[in-house]
Amino acid sequence: MNSASSTATRAPHRPRSVNRIHPAVYAALGGMVFLSVFPLYWMFVVATTDSATAYSLPPHVLPGGNFFHLAGLVFEIVPFVQALLNSLFVATSIGVGQALLCALAGFAFAKLSFRGRNTLFLIVVLTMTVPAQLSVVPQYLIMSRLNWVDTLQALIVPGLVSAFGIFWMRQHIGNVINDELMNAARVDGATTWQIFWRIAFPLVRPAAMILGLFGFVNAWNDFLWPFIVLKSPERYTVQIAIKALQNNRDIDLGLAMSGSFLATLPLLVLFVFVGRRLVQGIMEGAFKG
Amino acid sequence: MAAGAQPAAHTSEKVTAVTTTLIPAGAPKAPGRPTRSRRIQQGVRERLAPYAYIAPFFLLFFIFGLFPLLFTFYVALFDWDPIGERSYVGLENFTELVNDPRFWGALRNTFSIWVLSTVPQLLLALGMAHVLNHVRLRAATLFRMSMLVPYVTSVAATTIVFAQLFDRDYGMLNWFLGMLGFEHVDFTASVWGSHIMVAVMVAWRWTGYNTLLYLASLQAVPRDLYEAAAVDGANGWKQFRHITIPALRPIIVFTVITSTIGGLQIFTEPLLANPVGGLTCGAARQCQTLTLFLYEQAFGRFHFGYGAAVGVALFVIVVIISALNYLLVTRIRSERA
Repeated sequence: MNSASSTATRAPHRPRSVNRIHPAVYAALGGMVFLSVFPLYWMFVVATTDSATAYSLPPHVLPGGNFFHLAGLVFEIVPFVQALLNSLFVATSIGVGQALLCALAGFAFAKLSFRGRNTLFLIVVLTMTVPAQLSVVPQYLIMSRLNWVDTLQALIVPGLVSAFGIFWMRQHIGNVINDELMNAARVDGATTWQIFWRIAFPLVRPAAMILGLFGFVNAWNDFLWPFIVLKSPERYTVQIAIKALQNNRDIDLGLAMSGSFLATLPLLVLFVFVGRRLVQGIMEGAFKG
Repeated sequence: MAAGAQPAAHTSEKVTAVTTTLIPAGAPKAPGRPTRSRRIQQGVRERLAPYAYIAPFFLLFFIFGLFPLLFTFYVALFDWDPIGERSYVGLENFTELVNDPRFWGALRNTFSIWVLSTVPQLLLALGMAHVLNHVRLRAATLFRMSMLVPYVTSVAATTIVFAQLFDRDYGMLNWFLGMLGFEHVDFTASVWGSHIMVAVMVAWRWTGYNTLLYLASLQAVPRDLYEAAAVDGANGWKQFRHITIPALRPIIVFTVITSTIGGLQIFTEPLLANPVGGLTCGAARQCQTLTLFLYEQAFGRFHFGYGAAVGVALFVIVVIISALNYLLVTRIRSERA
């Protein structure tokens, strides 16, 4: 019996030694997945039990039923619902705005010829590697001149600009629309706007969506600039609300963890639906490197 | 990635169909031959159109991107108090900066955290990409997606979790160390401890992202190479050493550069990891990074001019890195040619 079944499984002449996956490989991958997800799981555990969990050894490893109680406390201490709404508004505006602005400009750079095109594009590319953080002082001065300090547009309007986005959209539009197609459309009497809006944009919508998703995620998670520019609690984004929870010395770590979890949950839900696209976006983006 | 070419070809067929059906319906305003004046009008409009397309972007880009960058150099020449006066001081901020041990400390911390996070992170990402590139790997999408989870988690949230895991008395890490017979480590208090803590947070966040970048490049390498190597008896390590690494050299340079520039921006981790440390990340400034130092000077002490001078220093570093990048990339290209 034994020998029969083992010969049966060995029977096919497959080159099994070639590129067979060693169990250790799955173990390594499993370890990576564990490390990637564990801090979030731990956040959830503390957020659903109480602060004592964070201070007990050996550590508890199972979530409890205290989540709503703690979440309620979080909502009492900082205007967290407002913070969630603020974040949602800011991140959505930036995601959608970036995708549209960059698609428009990317189309012009990819398909239209105009004076100064190369110079302007060069300026954009040159500033691409310069982090915006280093010019926060003048940015703040501009905001106070505009009377935008402590407003959400101080986050949204500068956030609409993405040098990388132009680069990305130009690449994609250049790939899907060739000159023949442009000329054919023109001969048929289409205006540039019609070519953009009815032909180019629908074709690059997936790429624009990936750009918008990254804009959304980055805006949701942004910390330094909102931390500088937002002053009153009702304007806080969730990240700044977390900092406020942590600042309050009377409050224990359990609450800060609950706040962190509440701030992360919407993105995790989003990730379940669009994670595949984000993976795809990163892997496509690599080709520019 | 090879599959990418197919949808593109497929869609371009669709496009021609779209234009033929769409244009007659889309251009009802110009029946018959347009008059001469209308043609000129349209010509002018078409010539100006490109500027209309880029105008929204460039308007915002100049006001909120390029102008602040240039203005940083100007502000750095002043003793600029946001509430009161400002006075021109020439290069004084810079001479002060060069003689400021806090600045050099922050530079050292930034560099140390960068090395501690980048080296293990990129090595791990390389190994993982090699493994994920396996043809017969099951649940590949699941693995890829779970590696990206840290990237979508906010730095503020993760920092709070990691700070707890690294806690001196109750952190899980110290608990493990204790079980192995080691003394508890006060991570936030020491230079190395705090650097390691911040570096772990940074590495946790970016390893999966870099893995995906490497994986994308790897998928462009023909499979036959690996199969031929395997048939010739090359084991996994030899395949990794002689196929994977050379194929990935350009993307490795790219990730080193991006992680360097990312390293210069580290701010949230040292600020939140040590809540009692305030803006200096501890009394000895043991983990204060350059960006945190900039923030402390400009928005903690309201020395806008001095803060801007730190910004200029950051700019100089970025330029040096970009120049090195350019040299490296051109060298790789010429080696290949």
